[in-house]
This record gives sequence, C-alpha cells and structure tokens, in this order.
Amino acid sequence: MNDVVVLVEHRQGAIRDITYEMLTKGKTLCEKTGNRLTAVLLGKDVGAMAQDLKDLASQVVLIEDPQLENFNSEAYQRVLENLVQQEKPYLVLMGHTAFGMDLAPSLATQIKAPLATDCIDVTVEGDHIEAIRQTYGGKLNVQVHLKPAQCSMITLRPASVSVADYSLGGEITTVSSPLTEEIASKRFLEYVEAAVGEVDITQADILISIGRGIKDPENIPVVQELADSLGAVLSCSRPVVDKKWLPKDRQVGTSGKTVKPKVYIAIGISGAFQHVAGMKGSGTIIAINRDPRAPIFSFAHYGIVGDLFKIVPALKGKIQEAFA
Amino acid sequence: MEIIVCIKRVPETAEADIVIDKTGRDIEKGGLVFDINEWDNYAVEEAIILKEKYGGSVTVISMGPEGANETLRRALAMGADQAIRLTDPAFEGADGYAIARTLSQAIKPLCYDLILTGVQTEDDGYGQVGGTLAEMLGIGHAAVVSRIESIEDGRARVHRELEGGLEEVLDLELPAVLTIQSGINEPRYVSIMGIRKAAQREIRVLGFQDLAMKPEEAGEDGSLTIVERVSFPLVGEGAQILEGTVDEISDRVIAILKEKGGVA
Repeated sequence: MNDVVVLVEHRQGAIRDITYEMLTKGKTLCEKTGNRLTAVLLGKDVGAMAQDLKDLASQVVLIEDPQLENFNSEAYQRVLENLVQQEKPYLVLMGHTAFGMDLAPSLATQIKAPLATDCIDVTVEGDHIEAIRQTYGGKLNVQVHLKPAQCSMITLRPASVSVADYSLGGEITTVSSPLTEEIASKRFLEYVEAAVGEVDITQADILISIGRGIKDPENIPVVQELADSLGAVLSCSRPVVDKKWLPKDRQVGTSGKTVKPKVYIAIGISGAFQHVAGMKGSGTIIAINRDPRAPIFSFAHYGIVGDLFKIVPALKGKIQEAFA
Repeated sequence: MEIIVCIKRVPETAEADIVIDKTGRDIEKGGLVFDINEWDNYAVEEAIILKEKYGGSVTVISMGPEGANETLRRALAMGADQAIRLTDPAFEGADGYAIARTLSQAIKPLCYDLILTGVQTEDDGYGQVGGTLAEMLGIGHAAVVSRIESIEDGRARVHRELEGGLEEVLDLELPAVLTIQSGINEPRYVSIMGIRKAAQREIRVLGFQDLAMKPEEAGEDGSLTIVERVSFPLVGEGAQILEGTVDEISDRVIAILKEKGGVA
C-alpha cells in the first residue's frame, strides 16, 4: 500500500490527543508525497472509534481481538509486524508516549525499520525522510535523516503538531487478527490510579511551581512562604517529586496534573516538554531561571533571567509589604 | 538473580551554557561536568535493591571513553559487583540502534535474568536502547517502569508509568529488559571514599574485536539515523524579559499579579 500509517492510541475507551496530532502530520506528508493515509486501530469492541476516525484518514484498518483490549506491546508488535509485512507501508507514525516508547523500538528492530524517536517534526523529500528531534532537555534541535529503507518509523512528541480540521472521507477496512495463541510472555493485569492527595493543584488561581533549580529541600520553605503570602498553591516539576521533596499530587506535567491557573510562576524550571504540556494553558506564565536559553522562556509571557535565591526572597519581602 | 545494568556518562547541561562545535553536528563537551545519566542512577539503585532482596550479582556496562570508568566506579561503590566498559574508535557516532547493537554483542555471552537501563538519557534522549536491545537479544521488555513489585517463578510483576498519574500493572516473563523511570527509588549516597576504594576494582575493557561485530554494525556506519546538523531552537514569540534591580523586577511581578491574578 506504500501508505503513511498512523497507529491510533486509545486508553480506557478514549482516543488520545496524540492520535489527532499524528493524523494531521500524516495528512500534511501525504499531500506532498501522494501517499495514502491509513489509521490502524487495534482493540476490542472499538468499531465506534473507527467511525469517529474515518474522515481523518483515507482508510481505517480495524483489527479486533480480545488480546488487544488493553495495550500490550507484545500483542501489538505481533499484529503490526504481520500488517507491515503484508501491506508494506512507507512510514509508520506512533506517539512518543508511554505506549509508543514501549512498542516502537522493538517493533522497528524486528521489521528492520530505521526509527527516529521523540520527533517534533518530520518531512519527506522523495525517498529522503528527515526529522527534527530535541536533545539536552530541549536545549538543542537535531536534524536527522533516516537511512533509506522499505519502511521507516517515527515517534512523534505529544503537542508538537496543531490539530487541523479536515476530511478525507475514508473507509473502514476490517482485517482479522493474526493472533492465534495466548500471549503469555507479557500480560496486562490492571490500571492503578494515582492516590488522591490533600491538595488539588488544578483548582488554584495562582500556582508557584519549583523545579530542579531549587537545589535543596531546605530552599523550599521560602517559596512556600511566598505562596502563602499570595494565597497561592505550591506545585513543582518532576525532579522535585523524584527526589521526594514534594508529594506526587503537586506535580505538573504529562505524568502529573494538567493545570490552567490565572498565573503560573515557574521557579528554577527549565521547561522540558513533559512539564510544559501540563501548564502551557495557564493565563499568564512568569518564569525565573538563570539560563537565558532555558526552553521555559519560549512558553512564558514574562521572564526573569537571574538567581532565584536572590529574586525569591526579595519578591517575598515586597509581596508581604504590598499585600499586608 | 543475575542483573545487568547499562549506564552512560553524560554531560550535565541543565544549567550550563552550551556551544555548538565546529562540526555543527554536536556540542562542545570541553568545559562541561560529566556524571552518571540520572535515569541510570535509579536503574543501578534498583538493581542493588533487587540483589539485596533476592541475592545474585549486579554487572554494570557502559559504552564510552576512559572517563566512563569514573561512572562505572561510582556504580561499583553503590554496590555493583562487576564492571565492563565498551570502547573503540569504531563505536563513535552510534545512534540508539547502534548503541543497542554494541551492548547486545557484549551481553549475549553473559548470564542474566534481568537487564535494566534508564528510560532515556539526558543528552540524546532516544528512549530507544532498552526495547531495541531486548529485541536483539530475543527477550521481552517493559518501558517506563515506575515500580518492580515482585519477582517470582521466573516472572516479574511491574508497574509502567502512563500519562496523567495512571499506571498499568504487568506480569512479564524473565529474562527481560526493564527501562527504569526516575523517582522509582531513592538512590543511595556515594562517598568520595567509596569511589576511591572502588578505584582498585577491575574494569573489564572490551573493544570492537572482542564483540564479534561487523564494521557495518558499529558506530555511525551501524546507525539508522544520521545527524545532519544541530541548532538552537527558535524561541518563537518568547517571554518579555523583566530587567532592572531585584526590587524593580519584584514591583513588576506584583503589578502582573494584581492585573492577571486578581490579587488585591
């Protein structure tokens, strides 16, 4: 088929946003190359999802099997390997998500497809596939090309494409599942929800958020006092939770909470995409960071380049005066 | 239980000024401070926790020049038993695929029940080596592991971190590769004395000839993605930078909080 294939990502009955982002990117590529855009949907009782998606691709290939009910990279890999051998797509797009990170590397290796991971853009010129990916925590863009191959693979970073409104008026093609035996080597057991904490950071009007730059838990009280004097809530980026300095329910980002306060003050947060994805909808973003190249300054409305250990205490003093 | 941990020594760039080098394909590594990749530190700790619980031994493997010895010694000081360093001019310019190929050739002759890697590295951030390595070795894997609940009867019960605070629980046949997420444990402190003591321990060094590899499998020749050039991301609209004395900046922030945050 020499198609561009997008692997549909869904969980607990809902299609995930990355699917629409990949379809938009796939459509742009196909407009240029003349390839067909195919969405591949694996699952159990997901016919309604196929209906929802069919306008966004030339075709939706639907493969249903009880073993595909929940994501299992082993089951997905067997089905996709089979599909790729038969249909010979030109390019396969997956999300650079918990789902794609578990599946793409081993599948690409098995089907001998060059794989570029965590891409923020992909372009095709003739047989030449190029991608932009970020390294050093988002501080550098790297332009790579994939060695020519029959099939190539890309994992696309979430929120790197703005979803377009279009219709390709596609059809649904049902393909029978190639899974004949039970997959015993890897079994999905259950989902576990994060424990509900004492504080709901999603309800705050003002969030004061700290990151790696806070350096030591001893430096947290001064930020807490700053937050208290404003009636704001303290939140953080991942490294602070990893180090157990604040509980998980304070974490803003892909693996934590998505927040939209009126004002978000990011202190000592570099702005890795996993964090930005959780706070970029905030009304006003103020970032304090010593590195003028920190990615956070691309997303903030106001930036303060400097030493947070000088700025935060001064700001706290001034605020206590102003709002006393 | 025999555990192998793949680790990498990386430059710390979170707060450093980075400069693009003359080739235009990488950054100047000169003045940068190097340390163990953060995710790998959690992986080493997890391996040692498992060894303490189930017995066995931990072998750490790193691909890199002589400086990587420091990272391997750090892991030995944490409690790893053996260290192997893979080094050869032929390995240079390797992408995630070629790194996995090199590691797989070194690991094939070894005895293992479990292989741990970090989810990704702080520098290249492929997030690819673990799954690729597993496929090359013909064993299973799980990526983004946030908890290893138990290991019993040749199977592991693990949690994978998904988006939005959700986790999935899996049951996995061993041997397998697990890519370890940051925050899974609290890596133990390593004293300077501990690292000095580890300086006496042997580090096995293996090169291209020792790994039975073909030239077209190693380094840039063995890579499937080729770096053309690097650049600094466009800042786009960017932030309006507040300048002045700390007091002046504070006054501006207060004005913004009053206007946008409804603080009175």
